[in-house]
Amino acid sequence: MKRYFGRYGGQFVPETLVPALTHLEDEYCRIKDDRNFQENLGSLLADYCGRPTPLYLAKRLSKKLGVGKIYLKREDLLHTGAHKINNAIGQCLLAKKMGKKRIIAETGAGQHGVATATAAALLGLECEIYMGSIDAKRQELNVFKMNLLGTRVNIVESGSRTLKDAINEALRDYTANFRDTHYLIGSALGPHPYPTIVRDFQSVIGAEAKKQILEKEGELPDCLVACVGGGSNAIGLFSAFLDDAVGMIGVEAGGDGVRHAERLTGKAREGVLHGMKSYFLQDKDGQIQNTYSVSAGLDYAGVGPEHSNLKEMERAEYVSVNDQEALAAFKALSQYEGISPALESAHAVGYVMKMEKSEDKTIIVNLSGRGDKDAPQVKELLR
Amino acid sequence: MRELKKPALMPYVCCGDPDAKFTKKLIREMVANGADAIELGVPFSDPMADGKTLQDAAERALEGGMTPKKAIEVLRELREEGIEIPIFIMTYYNIVFSNGVADFTKLAKEAGADGFIIPDLPIEESGEMRSACDDNDRVLVQFITPNCSDKRLERIAKDAKGFLYAVSVLGITGARDEVSEDAIELIRRAKKITDLPVVIGFGISNEAQASQYVKEGADGVIIGSKIAGLYAGRNNTDEVAGFCSSVAEKMKRVTRV
Repeated sequence: MKRYFGRYGGQFVPETLVPALTHLEDEYCRIKDDRNFQENLGSLLADYCGRPTPLYLAKRLSKKLGVGKIYLKREDLLHTGAHKINNAIGQCLLAKKMGKKRIIAETGAGQHGVATATAAALLGLECEIYMGSIDAKRQELNVFKMNLLGTRVNIVESGSRTLKDAINEALRDYTANFRDTHYLIGSALGPHPYPTIVRDFQSVIGAEAKKQILEKEGELPDCLVACVGGGSNAIGLFSAFLDDAVGMIGVEAGGDGVRHAERLTGKAREGVLHGMKSYFLQDKDGQIQNTYSVSAGLDYAGVGPEHSNLKEMERAEYVSVNDQEALAAFKALSQYEGISPALESAHAVGYVMKMEKSEDKTIIVNLSGRGDKDAPQVKELLR
Repeated sequence: MRELKKPALMPYVCCGDPDAKFTKKLIREMVANGADAIELGVPFSDPMADGKTLQDAAERALEGGMTPKKAIEVLRELREEGIEIPIFIMTYYNIVFSNGVADFTKLAKEAGADGFIIPDLPIEESGEMRSACDDNDRVLVQFITPNCSDKRLERIAKDAKGFLYAVSVLGITGARDEVSEDAIELIRRAKKITDLPVVIGFGISNEAQASQYVKEGADGVIIGSKIAGLYAGRNNTDEVAGFCSSVAEKMKRVTRV
């Protein structure tokens, strides 16, 4: 397997983890083309998670915005409310194949934590989730859900007390416990082979969307729009269209104008953190900077290495949408379509609201998650 | 590299915890009390190989305004004061990468560093850093761990210079009380395949452990968290000095098996 995406990626981890990650890579290669494994995964995704998800033409929103035909890839309709379950089920099955008894994961918004706790409960694995204390506070409901699923949530008080620090803690746990524990990374980031594994498990989004749009429109879309935190929902959608003449737009969190999480659109520089070489928000000395977004899932100082490479190759374009624009999109989609998106996905919708007017464009927006988890926060913010 | 005395007591100190002045005083005291080499930590915001004690030390240092360039200055001043033992810069790769691998290596050399210890840079990723170290005649210390296969141990040892940093436990830094059987086995395996000194670190907190590892063949011990725990909050060097002198004395009395 390739360790790098262009210049990005790699495996910058303590020596202790190298044999563990080599083992993971070997096992993943083995199941990747194993028909039994894929059938098992496919049937769980269908019968348990609710795949395929619809590709829905948002007519009222399209008319209102006048930017073209807007299709929503409805990952929000999946069990647990976001695309995260695709990867959680895939990696839990892999972990079981590897004979691991315990699953650990980091979570920002809590969606990956809930998805992992769910998959672990389904497959009878012990589960512990690391979550920054700031995130745990703003996503209280998800903490409760994880507990309900039999998962222990470890609140992280170090550093910026958000996703970055939860990843640090999970990596420390993994370094000590890899013999019986699988670290289920939730986004297309981290040391090799994680960015590839997560991308592959999320590529079902793009594969379905491609088939669906061809059925509905008879041709490929003009562009794809997805929000990018670590970048797993975006890479999952993009992956099926990389060789096609289809535009790809990744939307980062513009925050409140001062504080943000703009890695590929802002002042981030190349760096090395969490096992990978990629773009990171850091100060002149190389200390990782704190990020901010209204959306916990986009609040991360780095970005998955494949996105850094797509940016460098100019294959995908990266833009940013700020808190206010995302909130406006949250409201607009609720009012015109009766769909409340996750604040993360609202960033993708927020970008579509800023696009140039057009009559004949076809756009697929990845509606990566639903907004139930954000309702209390949005209620406060709109007050 | 300056010659490493064997068996070597190599304390780890996080530079700038809580300020540069204290770090220098601490290092002088440790050298006066039996330290044979120093691992000088340049604090990083996200130290993933470190346990709570050294995470806190790095956080205090960063709060105190320590930067990579200031840490190099501390090293330069120690050399000017006549500290002659080997000193290795320990930091995470982003600090080196972000400051320019070649530039930072050269800067460290000019200040008097003997080499680098970078826990998140396995051999597969170390090409650029290794070239920079070779160009500047510095040592890039390689880690070996209990879960390394013999084949991998040989691969790591083949291109290694200076010494091998043997990690005593599967996990992160932090004081532990017991002697690790894994570590003893690792020392034995490493000794069979290399003539380089093997220095053991992670989880060493007392004289008995240090002596035992030396007895089993280790050429030195690295002690970090224990020392940070002895001065943290009080910023007094006396306990650290006493501890170093006691470890050094017991370690050096050991007859190898």
